[in-house]
Amino acid sequence: MATLTINDILLTAPESSTILEAAARAGVRIPTLCNVEGCDALGACRVCLVEVAGARNLPAACSTPVRDGMVVHTNSPRVRKARKQTLELLLSEHNGDCQTCIRSRDCELRELSAELGVTSVRYQGEKTSARIDLSTPALMRDIGKCIKCRRCVQVCSEIQGVGALHPQSRGFDTVIGPAFMMDLDTVACVQCGQCSAVCPVGAITERDYIEDVWKAIADPERFVVVQTAPAIRAALGEEFGMEPGTLVTGRMCAALRRVGFDRVFDTNFSADLTIMEEGTELLTRLKSALVGGESVALPMFTSCSPGWISFTEYYYPEYLPNLSTCKSPQQMFGALAKTYYAKSVNKKPEEMTVVSIMPCTAKKAESQRPEMNSSGVRDVDYVLTTRELGRMLRQAGIDLPSLEDEGMDSLMGSSTGAADIFANTGGVMVAALRTAYEIVTGRELPGENLRVEPVEGLAGVKEASITITGANEEWSFLEGVTLNVAVAHGLGNARRLMDSIKRGDASYHFVEVMTCPGGCIGGGGQPRYTDDSVRLKRIEAIYREDQGKPLRKSHLNPEVQKIYNDFLGKPLGERSHHLLHTHYAQRDLVKSN
Amino acid sequence: MNTALNHTSMKVNPDMPVAVAEGSGDLESPTHEAGEMACSHHEPADESILLEQLDDLLPEYVQKPGGLIPALQVCQSMFGYLPQEALKRISEAFGKSYSEVTGVVSFYSFFSVVPRGKHLIRVCLGTACYVRGGKEVLQALKKDTGIDVGETTEDRLFSLDAGRCFGACGLAPAVLVDENMHKRVNASKTASILENYRTSEGGKSHGDG
Ligand code: SF4
Ligand code: SF4
Ligand code: SF4
Ligand code: FES
Repeated sequence: MATLTINDILLTAPESSTILEAAARAGVRIPTLCNVEGCDALGACRVCLVEVAGARNLPAACSTPVRDGMVVHTNSPRVRKARKQTLELLLSEHNGDCQTCIRSRDCELRELSAELGVTSVRYQGEKTSARIDLSTPALMRDIGKCIKCRRCVQVCSEIQGVGALHPQSRGFDTVIGPAFMMDLDTVACVQCGQCSAVCPVGAITERDYIEDVWKAIADPERFVVVQTAPAIRAALGEEFGMEPGTLVTGRMCAALRRVGFDRVFDTNFSADLTIMEEGTELLTRLKSALVGGESVALPMFTSCSPGWISFTEYYYPEYLPNLSTCKSPQQMFGALAKTYYAKSVNKKPEEMTVVSIMPCTAKKAESQRPEMNSSGVRDVDYVLTTRELGRMLRQAGIDLPSLEDEGMDSLMGSSTGAADIFANTGGVMVAALRTAYEIVTGRELPGENLRVEPVEGLAGVKEASITITGANEEWSFLEGVTLNVAVAHGLGNARRLMDSIKRGDASYHFVEVMTCPGGCIGGGGQPRYTDDSVRLKRIEAIYREDQGKPLRKSHLNPEVQKIYNDFLGKPLGERSHHLLHTHYAQRDLVKSN
Repeated sequence: MNTALNHTSMKVNPDMPVAVAEGSGDLESPTHEAGEMACSHHEPADESILLEQLDDLLPEYVQKPGGLIPALQVCQSMFGYLPQEALKRISEAFGKSYSEVTGVVSFYSFFSVVPRGKHLIRVCLGTACYVRGGKEVLQALKKDTGIDVGETTEDRLFSLDAGRCFGACGLAPAVLVDENMHKRVNASKTASILENYRTSEGGKSHGDG
């Protein structure tokens, strides 16, 4: 431990901590623009400068470790002047216009300028010219607004293990972006949007489809339904200043009705359905392997996270047969809304518009995959992120916190607790085990409260083993079998897991991967700023939602039972095959020029 | 104006051509064997054969610490430039993303991703050369060759580039053709300098220094 003073406050901090971390413990805020949790400090932005007695220069607090006896000042005239100067330099190059910028509400550069009292820019800088990249359905990039902090580079390389964005060229000409300053779709970007979640400014953001949705709602000819992913209800409140971890399920339904959607439905419904299909698929694969001695692809990987699907298509094509053929809950919903539900209200698929509210930018890309048209038209028309829904509600003057709770509409609106936990890492695994274990043994999944602790929490790769005893007749081949499962979140962790599977260091039956750190609750389209403390609060809220439900196992969802009776037949049946399952294909890492 | 956020993490002078940068500490020059076996940038050679040769060479560089830049240099000497397919293979061999590799390529001005001519003409536009007519020299060379900076003549004889200070300020303005330094060049001399390279092999004796 080191003893030091920060602004004359005496404190002790571990030797390994930085001045920035020590200051936070002392309740002293030091502004930052480039620092990202979980990545090495780059010291690129220089707004975290502090004065350390005896040091000639002003060191960067984010990358300077504490020392015993250190005397630090964070608010001296020299520090204030230097920080202001740094900001003025950034602003002199910044090609921005706050009034019309998509980020203006929560832009860190704009906020920091106000916080540090920058009221004029004394430098005449050459402005980086604006260049808008709309090459992907998920993200919008504008080089002119980039302050070259490199948060996106770090997140994309270190957290996601993709490396789509890197500094190109040098000096003033440096551009942070894909290879040779080309568009994002030329490189193997999985469109997860984690870069857009950490970008401090409006240089990388979700592509905004709000106007398209307003237009559909205003069109009297169109029947517009909305689905909301499990992770939205635990985060949308943050868009309205509510504490992270506030559940707003009922208020969200009310808000969506006020927006003007004809029906308010739940992606949770199709998450429960996913468990029926994917659980059956897993048991079928196990049967082929253990009884038939057939060579089936195991471990089976979950397929509900489209960033992970692209990641496999780009980087591990040899494992494509291991991906569950189940579409993601979003796409299952779209295909059923325009067939099953459309029929119930006498609409044709082409008269319906399906809007998704997702925590995820990759879902925008997924909805545009050419094969996602099993209803005969595009199954999901528009995907809005949580952040866009926040903007949309504000545009409509809807104050979420003050609304009364309402419920989801029926036929595709009921769900069990198993669907809720799709929102966080480990959740799909637990939901699948709750149902599969019960199908096989006729008994409830053992473990307290239907939870499987080893696969919960924020560790990067998690494992569990479950030995099956008392299997009923149909599944007797599983008697005494120990099922090994693994869970990874964040594609960097997924890469580590995949490499260990590839080397033969580990072998599993079933593997869950979610693209984003923490799972969907930490998605690239969630309210900013998401760090681990926020992730944990959202996860805690999701488990509260799960435990508050009368039904917590997917196979008990009455609307799921109904759709199998009335429409689908049975899991993996003919109709399911057509509407709920899909296929994958290898992709080139670089688009040829 | 350059702010602290601009990309300046690499220490070598990125304007230095390969031969000059040798021994600067950060750069290793390509191995000799590799350089010799691949002197094929005169005619557009069959790239698929070269790609196979590249695949054979890469493992050796992957093992070396800091092997990426030397591997890129060898690749450029083989193809005369860095074709996309070669860069893809290099990025895969090094386990680095394509964007990371192109970040290195675009940092150093001596790397080229368009086919290079047999002779690379580099005009110094450093302060001393600039004030003493470097800009006019560049204009003249553009006119002589009919190409712009960064381009290659159709016969693949010349490529044109501008640089910043070759360390010959006392003898400005300077023009570097391949490894040969031409000093105190003026706009009326450029055509005759080029003529020597058109007629002779390599123009070894033309560095008039
Ligand atoms: S990025 Fe921030 S500072 Fe720049 S225009 Fe947008 S809101 Fe303004
Ligand atoms: S969307 Fe994801 S993969 Fe693509 S650049 Fe951003 S962080 Fe990287
Ligand atoms: S795009 Fe955003 S996160 Fe990336 S370097 Fe620019 S400002 Fe930083
Ligand atoms: S936060 Fe410390 S230099 Fe950017």
